[in-house]
Amino acid sequence: MHNFDFVKPASVADAVAALSTEGAQALGGGQTLIATMKQRLADPAVLVSLTGIADLQGVCMGDGGLHVGGATPHAVVAREAGKYYPALAHLAGGIGDPAVRNKGTIGGSLANNDPAACYPSAALASGATIVTNRRKIAADDYFQGMFSTALDEGEIITSVVFPIPEKASYVKFNQPASRFALTGVFVAKYAGGVRVAATGASNNGVFRWKAAEQALSANFAASAIAGLTVDDADMISDLHGTPAYRANLVKVLAGRAVSAAT
Amino acid sequence: MPKDSGIGASSKRREDIRFLTGRGVYTDDITLHGELHAVMVRSTVANGKIVSVGTARAETMPGVQAVFTGADFAAVGGNPAGWLINSRDGTPMREPKRPVLAHGKVRHVGDAYAAVVANTYEQARDAAQAISDDTVIEELPAIVNMAAAVANPANRVHDEIPDNVCYDWGWIEDNRAKVDAAIKSAPHVTTLELVNNRLVPNAMEPRASIGEYFPGTGDYKLTTTSQNPHLTRLLVAAFVLGIPENKLTVVAPDVGGGFGSKIYHYGEEALVLAAAKKLHRPVRWTAERSESFLSDAHGRDHETKIELASDLEGNFIAIRTTTLANVGAYLSNFSTVTPTFLHGTLMAGPYKVPNVYVNVKTVFTNTAPVDAYRGAGRPEATYSIERVVDKMCRELNLDPFEVRRKNFLTTDMFPYTTPVGLVYDTGNYQATLEKAVQLADVAGFEKRAAASRAKGRLRGMGLSTWIEACGIAPSHLVGILGARVGLYDAATVRVNATGNLSVMVGAHSHGQGHETVFAQIVSSKLGVPESSVEIVHGDTSKIPFGMGSYGSRSLAVCGVAMDKALDKIIAKGKKIAAHMLEAAEGDITFADGKFSVAGTDKAKTFGEIAFSAYVPHNYPLETLEPGLEETAFYDPANFTYPAGAYICEVEVDPDTGRVEVASFTCADDFGNVMNPMIVEGQVHGGVGQGIGQALLENAHYDENGQLLTGSYMDYAMPRADDVPFYTVDHSCSTPCTHNPLGVKGCGEAGAIGSPPAVVNAVIDALHRAGHKIDHIDMPVSPSRVWSAMNA
Ligand SMILES: Cc1cc2nc3c(=O)[nH]c(=O)nc-3n(C[C@H](O)[C@H](O)[C@H](O)COP(=O)(O)OP(=O)(O)OC[C@H]3O[C@@H](n4cnc5c(N)ncnc54)[C@H](O)[C@@H]3O)c2cc1C
Repeated sequence: MHNFDFVKPASVADAVAALSTEGAQALGGGQTLIATMKQRLADPAVLVSLTGIADLQGVCMGDGGLHVGGATPHAVVAREAGKYYPALAHLAGGIGDPAVRNKGTIGGSLANNDPAACYPSAALASGATIVTNRRKIAADDYFQGMFSTALDEGEIITSVVFPIPEKASYVKFNQPASRFALTGVFVAKYAGGVRVAATGASNNGVFRWKAAEQALSANFAASAIAGLTVDDADMISDLHGTPAYRANLVKVLAGRAVSAAT
Repeated sequence: MPKDSGIGASSKRREDIRFLTGRGVYTDDITLHGELHAVMVRSTVANGKIVSVGTARAETMPGVQAVFTGADFAAVGGNPAGWLINSRDGTPMREPKRPVLAHGKVRHVGDAYAAVVANTYEQARDAAQAISDDTVIEELPAIVNMAAAVANPANRVHDEIPDNVCYDWGWIEDNRAKVDAAIKSAPHVTTLELVNNRLVPNAMEPRASIGEYFPGTGDYKLTTTSQNPHLTRLLVAAFVLGIPENKLTVVAPDVGGGFGSKIYHYGEEALVLAAAKKLHRPVRWTAERSESFLSDAHGRDHETKIELASDLEGNFIAIRTTTLANVGAYLSNFSTVTPTFLHGTLMAGPYKVPNVYVNVKTVFTNTAPVDAYRGAGRPEATYSIERVVDKMCRELNLDPFEVRRKNFLTTDMFPYTTPVGLVYDTGNYQATLEKAVQLADVAGFEKRAAASRAKGRLRGMGLSTWIEACGIAPSHLVGILGARVGLYDAATVRVNATGNLSVMVGAHSHGQGHETVFAQIVSSKLGVPESSVEIVHGDTSKIPFGMGSYGSRSLAVCGVAMDKALDKIIAKGKKIAAHMLEAAEGDITFADGKFSVAGTDKAKTFGEIAFSAYVPHNYPLETLEPGLEETAFYDPANFTYPAGAYICEVEVDPDTGRVEVASFTCADDFGNVMNPMIVEGQVHGGVGQGIGQALLENAHYDENGQLLTGSYMDYAMPRADDVPFYTVDHSCSTPCTHNPLGVKGCGEAGAIGSPPAVVNAVIDALHRAGHKIDHIDMPVSPSRVWSAMNA
């Protein structure tokens, strides 16, 4: 790790100001960024911690659904979101281990957009809105491929708004080593239709499985997608799974998510 | 009634209090006045010619005290291989020099070719990065695949070794023609090709070393993560740096796991000593986890073809194996014996199989060195045998339990000389098998399988009946086979004036629990409380010259040395008692901590005798020496042969290929058991590692020699929820016949016996569901299982 300065502002405005200095970078729970710095793959001059800003903390119901503050740790979502959005709380409770969940934040996860992260699938399947210090971004516009998002330099995720579905479920298949999602599928059923998002599988990051959405919107049962296949052309190939294997997982997990949806 | 202290009691591990409360003192916990920090500069390419090492900029960077390169160590010795293996044609193995720092060529990713010593770790690391940036290495094609390494003489790991072969070993070469003929004429031959996957040891504590030099006396001190401080001292002092042994103290303080990887001497140990000498300041180095992945000696990595010849009823006739064993880029200290004598001599298993021949080609590649890892050679042998037996049963439609029963050596056959050169002293393989069958409720399997089916899961059962040779090792035997060291051990028992004891042992505990178990034995033998016994280990300035811990040898070799030293203490105590009680020495008996004159009520307690030994006011000095301290060295007459039967049940999720271990039952014969709780813990740990190898772990190099599984993001370690609640039994005991404690060793058993049980269970589950899959290589990952099912 290289030397860096550390600031912990108390307001979004101060954070935005601090982030405008040369080489400054936002710090959420540090569960990704600190490890990257230790490996000397990142060397920010200033770390601007977002965890001291009260406005960015917590879970509550509000306009458009459930509002999760941008610096809310996974453990808080796991503990407190359950009464509004059980599938989301379940997802948060399955991220990493207790240390990761108590430090890592939703904003950090969505900003990083790891292709195997869990939250992106929830945001996309819920048609969530990513709220920043500058604008509101629809999930469909936000995710732009592996580790790539619509965020601009210095832009902070202040909250994420999740419309509450009638039924939803997230089923994650652990990568054996990291226990990130080798593949994970989030299914959410709204009055207007069903949305299905898969993470961990594609070279293009989190994606919607539109054919399944159509079939499930007509008939919300696992049998409705039994005849579908998932194209493996863009699927990730690594030691933990072939493209065909991941394509299979998308289908199997989607079916299981439908059956488990509450 | 379970005992509450002494031999046979499940005494709680006294060392755990300090380990679990953060009060252990590991090498990295030690800080010294004026210390400096070393960082190694490691190759990022697998094979390359060093054109120039760019040290100039680094030497002027802030805080840098010294920079070392391979040239600085060109004149000193190499880190030697501890065992000479001869090829089938009688020629000796090829032994390239293993330098402290790579010189001329780098040979694997992580091969250190320079080192920086600076005031702070960060400064050393910055300078190391500068050297890495400024160094010119001409990259050469990486040699990773063993078959290609042997076939392609143009690409060489070592320029002087044309086919990259260290040796081509045959065991027993004289039997080769006979075994070939037996296989040719056999009614049935089952053939299986399999890979014993490469593993990264992943001790919880990474390697670390601190070098000190005392200019006033010319003494050196090395504090290091070692399983065997005297062996490390011999290697670094006598072979590498040329320091007189008596000028170097090696201390291995608390060590957080080794599994074999800390047996060996590594270049960093020589580096910190040389740097301390040059700079007259202590120099420390601690591996980062990613350095451990790249530079600790890895384990296993065999590619084997095994043939099992039998009649149609499943009676074994012959076994023949051909193996390519990966030794990596250099010969680590035990790397040449692991795939040969620790592997080939086990290839008869616990069976009556008259003809066995083993051929091993050990191959250099541009990967990290490979050496002994928990089980060392014996897991590879067991996996090959138990997998091929399983396949044979399926081909001939025979019951795997019956086939084992039919082929087991029977109790009337011991001592039994195997066709691969070992003499099994005792055992009862039928007993452990029947015990496992009963504990695993084999009869109830169909019912459990039906319950699994109802959940959409495929259930399977796998059996492994294993044997190993441990208690390493009889020096007379290993000497004939090429060992360059003796494998005896030693202990000194010092009774202090107040009656408590300091017991200095050559074995080293890096998690096993010696401090508890050795004290239990002393307690039973002398009738003193366990709490009055201190076990001292890990410091060459305190302990006798022993050989450390590996090969399940601590109790069976060092424990026996201690037992013999205790006999001497009792004998000396009798002399003292005879003097004090004015009786003939022959009339003194010792029992329950008291020396008595037979047939009288005259007695002295152990404490009184001890006190008198150090306050010898009226000793007849011509015939009675003061003091009560004895040392014994013990060299075993034979290996010990633990054996057992393991039964694993798995559930396979057919949609995802995920395997869950549903149950795991172990019935082991470890001979006499000193502390049942610790023995069970060793089995739990060993089986956990075996399940890890079978289902999860894989050190995978790509074709460029980059370690793709170089962190926990991709290298899957077994975690608590990957393993079941084990059923462990050791009641079927046949005590070792050639050591007075009757012990056999239990440290490696779990890792040796378990992988084939797991894989056999998976294959069984798939066959029961109609998938005619003969074999899936370890790790049997979800993706591999699903791909096999959907091929
Ligand atoms: C052992 C381990 C296991 C894990 N397992 C999982 C898992 O199973 N599933 C999963 O989804 N994730 C997993 N993670 C990742 C974890 O969820 C991280 O918390 C997450 O990826 C990053 O969140 P963070 O708050 O720690 O972000 P940081 O590491 O602090 O930052 C990550 C990036 O986001 C930026 N950033 C942080 N906050 C904001 C914000 N509010 N607005 C804009 N940019 C911001 C930072 O500048 C940085 O670029 C795991 C991590 C570890 C260490």
